Amino acid sequence: MTQPLTIAGRTFSSRLFTGTGKFAAASLMEEALLASGSELVTVALKRVDLQQQADDLLRHLHHPHIQLLPNTSGVRTAKEAVYAAQLAREALDTNWIKLEIHPDPRYLMPDPVETLLAATELVKLGFVVLPYIHADPVLCKRLEDAGVAAVMPLGSPIGSNKGLRTADFLDIIIAQSNVPVVVDAGIGAPSHAALAMEMGADAVLVNTALAVAKDPVKMAAAFKAGVAAGRMAYEAGLAPTSAQAIASSPLVAFLDEA
Amino acid sequence: MFKDIFEQYQWDDVKAGIYSKTAADVEQALHNQRRTLDDFAALISPAAAPYLQPMAEMSHQKTLQRFGNTMQLYIPMYLSNECQNICTYCGFSLDNKIRRKTLSAAEILQETAVIKAMGYDHVLLVTGEAHQLVGLEYFKKTLQLLRPHFSHISMEVQPMDEADYATLIPLGLHAVLVYQETYHQEDYKKHHPKGRKSSFQYRLETPDRLGRAGIHKMGLGVLIGLEDWRTDSFFTALHLQYLEKKYWQTRYSISFPRLRPFSGGLEPKVEMNDRELVQLICAYRLFNQEVELSISTREQESFRDNIIRLGITSMSAGSRTNPGGYAADRQSLEQFEISDERSAAAIADMLKKSGYEPVWKDWDQVLG
Repeated sequence: MTQPLTIAGRTFSSRLFTGTGKFAAASLMEEALLASGSELVTVALKRVDLQQQADDLLRHLHHPHIQLLPNTSGVRTAKEAVYAAQLAREALDTNWIKLEIHPDPRYLMPDPVETLLAATELVKLGFVVLPYIHADPVLCKRLEDAGVAAVMPLGSPIGSNKGLRTADFLDIIIAQSNVPVVVDAGIGAPSHAALAMEMGADAVLVNTALAVAKDPVKMAAAFKAGVAAGRMAYEAGLAPTSAQAIASSPLVAFLDEA
Repeated sequence: MFKDIFEQYQWDDVKAGIYSKTAADVEQALHNQRRTLDDFAALISPAAAPYLQPMAEMSHQKTLQRFGNTMQLYIPMYLSNECQNICTYCGFSLDNKIRRKTLSAAEILQETAVIKAMGYDHVLLVTGEAHQLVGLEYFKKTLQLLRPHFSHISMEVQPMDEADYATLIPLGLHAVLVYQETYHQEDYKKHHPKGRKSSFQYRLETPDRLGRAGIHKMGLGVLIGLEDWRTDSFFTALHLQYLEKKYWQTRYSISFPRLRPFSGGLEPKVEMNDRELVQLICAYRLFNQEVELSISTREQESFRDNIIRLGITSMSAGSRTNPGGYAADRQSLEQFEISDERSAAAIADMLKKSGYEPVWKDWDQVLG
């Protein structure tokens, strides 16, 4: 019913991407992700045992329609990120990487300088790079020039559930981006996700809002519906808004009368 | 340096300030979105006792949002009970006539096998303070030995120089726990009359040395029972606030060790009951949403089962507090008696039944 999304040659029918942290159990996470319809699921390298094939988390993500997106959460520098990405590629057999460099462990604010350095290097090494960044329009263009496959600006601080506090900047990013824009971090309600999609974001990534909901499976279904509704509205073309009332029978209509 | 800030405060003034807090101060602290140290003082004050229920609810919500339905699990490995210090409250104290033991490489690997079989990937290395026997060289060798086996290695050993930390971090040392024991400078000396540990200043400056060396994670805390816990906790929070701003790339954790019985023991000067410990845990969470809060097997089973919802984010389980206690030398003397004797599997089961995912691995050496 809505247009599919293509990133680096891979087509997704769902524009809802999901994370795997904070769930009460791996089985519950699996159930929620299946209810979300998500086809791209990010997984923290620090949580999986790269040496062990029978890793519990990975076992629950083993579905043909789900593509894994390993992330580098925990690294503090470009050098560490490149090393981690190379190990992830080898261990998980994917060249897709969600590049996260947040040297600040409190608010997990992404480091723009190190991220640009790492993205440049990883693209050269053949990775499909999806960087998590602040909603910085100039940085997005710099990353696009470096060859990333998408940009992932934050809506508000990660895990905050505060919604699109960076909306003004997301607007600019969406308007001028030549690569898909995935709003990552801060989306706490299906209405936030729907708004991002109505604004023209290509996808959203949600984790905390699902994982800590009273009923994660039901919430995943709600997000699925919210994302679909927002995208459909965007494609349908939202009616313009106006600060003033526009009367259906304008006061000057008599001038046009014969 | 924290010393410069610390010197601006007087213990008695801080204590008087905490005990003079009113219900209105507590309500204001609960109302504030971003809480100050003064708010923290209100929340740990006696005036906050009637507000335990709303504090617990807020603490639970904030913890859930930040950490999710998960609980980190770690286990201590006691490497040595050799110690050149006299600490009035510790079983390893120099004047305590016990059989001394330091694990060899073979024994460390024996312990490792048992710990790994329990499912652990995070280990906390613990020693007394014996620089000749258990110093930098011993730690270097131990880290090299253990790094292939664990994703995350922490240490709770004697404070060291910055250069020593800088040597150990690239070898796989991820976190260091260094408790001040008490911030009461005069009484600190009474509890530590002999040995290197008697230098209050050197211990106080340890987190600064760790921060400059670039440690990933640092654990702070006081030994509850030595002095007035409210005043000591205020200074801990002051220390935490300073460190977070200065060494902003480091993660922090707080622990709440209450004095436990041990061989040749000291009676706690100050008793902290369970309600007060809950109040303190909640106060930390309301003050700081990101700090990790840890509870050990010093606490009783039923208390631990209930506390997981109130702000705690990491816990130990199946612990032995004697060197070789898991396999190599089960009979050597323990540092303190543990209260929760349940196995790691039993704790994991309890967590699952409570709606929490036990997290055995949350770091990887590949991440730096």
